[in-house]
Amino acid sequence: MNSENHQLLLRLGDDALILSQRLSEWCGHGPALEEDIALSNIALDLLGQARSFLTLAGAREGLNRTEDDLAYLRSDREFRNALLVELPNGHFGDTIMRQFLFDQFALLRYECLAAQRFDLDVAAISAKALKETKYHAEHSAKWVIRLGDGTDESHEKIQESLNTLWVYTGELFEPDTVTSYCTNNGLISDPDQLKSQWLESINLVLEEATLSLPSSEWMQCGGRNGIHTEHLSYLLAEMQVLQHKYPGAKW
Amino acid sequence: MVQEMDLLKRFDAYIDSDQKIEAKDWMPDAYRKTLIRQISQHAHSEIIGMLPEGNWITRAPSLQRKAILLAKVQDEAGHGLYLYSAAETLGVNREELLDALHKGKAKYSSIFNYPTLTWADMGAIGWLVDGAAIMNQVPLCKCSYGPYARAMVRVCKEESFHQRQGFQIMLNLCNGTKEQKEMAQDALNRWWWPSLMMFGPNDESSMHSAQSMKWKIKRFSNDELRQRFVDMSVPQAELLGLTIPDEQLKWNEATGHYDFGPIDWSEFEAVVSGNGPCNRERLATRVKAHENGEWVRAAAAAHAAKVAKRKSLKTDAA
Repeated sequence: MNSENHQLLLRLGDDALILSQRLSEWCGHGPALEEDIALSNIALDLLGQARSFLTLAGAREGLNRTEDDLAYLRSDREFRNALLVELPNGHFGDTIMRQFLFDQFALLRYECLAAQRFDLDVAAISAKALKETKYHAEHSAKWVIRLGDGTDESHEKIQESLNTLWVYTGELFEPDTVTSYCTNNGLISDPDQLKSQWLESINLVLEEATLSLPSSEWMQCGGRNGIHTEHLSYLLAEMQVLQHKYPGAKW
Repeated sequence: MVQEMDLLKRFDAYIDSDQKIEAKDWMPDAYRKTLIRQISQHAHSEIIGMLPEGNWITRAPSLQRKAILLAKVQDEAGHGLYLYSAAETLGVNREELLDALHKGKAKYSSIFNYPTLTWADMGAIGWLVDGAAIMNQVPLCKCSYGPYARAMVRVCKEESFHQRQGFQIMLNLCNGTKEQKEMAQDALNRWWWPSLMMFGPNDESSMHSAQSMKWKIKRFSNDELRQRFVDMSVPQAELLGLTIPDEQLKWNEATGHYDFGPIDWSEFEAVVSGNGPCNRERLATRVKAHENGEWVRAAAAAHAAKVAKRKSLKTDAA
């Protein structure tokens, strides 16, 4: 199979897997019981998406690798998730803003992927993921509005979250050979087009939340090529510990 | 006075004829207080219980195991929510119940004050702790207070899935490598006695039992349920090829039950009164989560108030 398709599957799978791993750290520590349930639920959906994409990636590459081989036996340099999703949870506002920026992107990406007919397996997984992502996007957008519009303290905090996370959003729309492959085959819209749609949707929410878009033009990239932040290696060390300690064991 | 006597008579008649007491029915104060204590303790146990298993979600050894564990811990949060809601039907609110928990005034199941040290603990908790919980909880589906009984129907369905996933983890470990099987035996050794303690003190020293039995909040005695649990677990341990850490455990032909050794009640007393391995840490974690969430809850409330105000201004203008 061609490597662009493989890279696409890894991006989809790894984005979902790493964000799920981060969200699952919240389980039992949320600001209210309802949020423990919501964040765990979103983590579960993302984990399901990750499993489908990684299983498909493993099946297509012909090396007999399972979802677990791909999740547990790759090093951080082999992961292809965006940097945004691997960043530490921070406070609830940081987590919500990270989720919001990602959800709005994931929504657009899945809308394209669910509608195309070039790769039917990906379309099927994306159709299911799209339904889930609609709920995730609604949840995170509502919280961005609550926190932005809520108290002075929450407004300040969530604006700060946006300012900090902003530099990691450029990578979601960074053009390269994989995005060209996607555009040329009708899998996903051209990154520029996707970005302007994304800006339009996030602006609607940010406006209602009385938050302002950061002016920074500089963007931090690297995740799609396996050059991650320092945080990913720790995340993987924790996630992969048993597979490394007991190689080949079945659980 | 006469009226209260009549009400009590009617209440007793309801209980005697196995009808459900509902939120708006008259009930004796002591019945209400007992239920609030029991249901809130149960709710607290669910949310504190999320912590020992939550401890392994990020390290689950396969994606399937991770999904199952995450779903399970999420279920516990859901149980907490039903149970706090059931308690609220008795005239208390979640905030004050949580406050009592955070101030150390309310109890929760002591089992969650033990640490989860290996992956096998996820198996042992599901198999034994959830198994013991089911023994305790199935009779509650028929308890006399309607809202509690109905919450428990759903809780028990999910608990039975939890128990099976725990047993499955143990089975996989026992069919695995030598190290995995040792891990399973070690977990059984550590969780067995605390699981037996989950049924509470022996019948002769159980302080709330008699009245609760009379009110049909409780249907079976602590010792009866504990015996059932032992009888159920022994063949399961045999199937796994594991040894229950009790040298006095043996089949008693005459009684048709397993005899088992004495429980170390001094350990039970210590953990109940705050001196278990994780009591301080569990409570501190809950308090921290609550405190860290304060600004979030305040923001949500402030936003809701603003929305309501904007709405009423709009209505006024129109």
